[in-house]
Amino acid sequence: MTETGADTIIKFDKVVKRFDTFTVIDELDFEVKRGEKVTIIGPSGSGKSTVLRILMTLEPISGGVVYVDGDTLWHEKGGNGDLKPASESHLRKMREKMGMVFQQFNLFPHMTVRRNLTEAPTQVLGMPKAEAKQRADELLEMVGLTAHADKYPHQLSGGQQQRVGIARALAMRPKIMLFDEPTSALDPELVGEVLGVIRRLAEEHDLTMLLVTHEMNFARQISDRVCFFDRGKVLEQGKPEDLFTNPKEERTREFLKAVLEDN
Amino acid sequence: MDWTQYLNPLMQGAWVTIELTIYSTIFGAILSFAAGIGKLAHNPLIKAIAVGYIEIFRGTSLLVQLFWLYFALPVAGQAIGLDLRLPPVVAGVLALSLNIGAYGAEVVRGAIQSVSKDQYEAAKALNFTPRKTLWRVALPQAIPEMMPSFGNLAIQNLKDTALVSLISLSDLAFRAEQLRNFTQDSTTIYTMTLFMYFGLALVLTAMMKVLERFVGRWRAGAR
Repeated sequence: MTETGADTIIKFDKVVKRFDTFTVIDELDFEVKRGEKVTIIGPSGSGKSTVLRILMTLEPISGGVVYVDGDTLWHEKGGNGDLKPASESHLRKMREKMGMVFQQFNLFPHMTVRRNLTEAPTQVLGMPKAEAKQRADELLEMVGLTAHADKYPHQLSGGQQQRVGIARALAMRPKIMLFDEPTSALDPELVGEVLGVIRRLAEEHDLTMLLVTHEMNFARQISDRVCFFDRGKVLEQGKPEDLFTNPKEERTREFLKAVLEDN
Repeated sequence: MDWTQYLNPLMQGAWVTIELTIYSTIFGAILSFAAGIGKLAHNPLIKAIAVGYIEIFRGTSLLVQLFWLYFALPVAGQAIGLDLRLPPVVAGVLALSLNIGAYGAEVVRGAIQSVSKDQYEAAKALNFTPRKTLWRVALPQAIPEMMPSFGNLAIQNLKDTALVSLISLSDLAFRAEQLRNFTQDSTTIYTMTLFMYFGLALVLTAMMKVLERFVGRWRAGAR
């Protein structure tokens, strides 16, 4: 790939996303390195979740180019080298690289916990059932839910459901994990168990992780870099210790003051 | 005549009614899914066929549909040199299924559309194809939603089978009419007939409840 360096796994090049006339992402330039743990913070409506949704191909872009793992995400190269809109088969190929954890968990309610983890590997990747089950059980052990494998999602607490959500995404062996406010829908006492799982993932795996969160202390602990989003752009970014203790922009200061007081 | 003497002929009729109900409910359910999913298809031709079928069969009388299939279709067939005469049972089941299928299609469509956007997004993030998303994610969640309406339609279907007596099928209503002509004992015969339809409806309701519980066994509060 000529457009990005070898150690860059995600690159947004002047990406624009509009909903009708409202511009959510405004000529965004943004890069993530392979294995990097990046946290996105910012006020609501700043476009931070939209970045993840664009990557997961849940929202098409209005302009610019997104690169993922050496290939264009929303485009394909035509015969003459020009970029044309991506076909469904190209999007399917690109989606394999990413896994997403949703704010509302979005587990399949009609499947047991284990089925939630084996369904996509068997149906999408064609993995043999026995192998998928073994992998599911390993992942459930990792997130501490072995005892709940045969339950349905509604029988679990929110924190347990989100841990299943993380395991379900990991079952597809993605290179990049996208966490879209994974603890925002949880009761406060359940946040810790989910953050614990994400922390272990960050520490023990070379996964690239992109996390949108309001948990500032957590962001400070696990991130290699924190990006402050404002009005569809990265207003300020840096190492967590720099950004949190010594923000340069007035908007960043205001935001951090507001959320940290709230905590 | 004593009322017990009516029992045997009425039971024979009831059996025909049961058969008609079972066949037309099953075929009707298949048509419901085909047309309900078809109406949501992106392919404009499939969509047009589904919409056309649903609107025509919901917008016309079941009795006329039945007569058309039984009396008009053979004549139309003759005109183009085809033998389209249908045995009464086939015409009856066909008319009932097509009619109930058109109503059921709207139930299927509505239930599929009621599956939350979040579920489709989860399926997409896990790279399910649209087809697998429909069969593995959307339909299993939509089917329990359909069951109360399907229960109503099945009961309606049971009662509608009485119309086939008009094309000489000897169902429960036909037997009742026959006995009444013969004995003039209208009150006894039609009271018994009412109770028999009601009994069948109760059994059908119970069966649909069992089915509803089965397809929704994963839901909160299901057990």
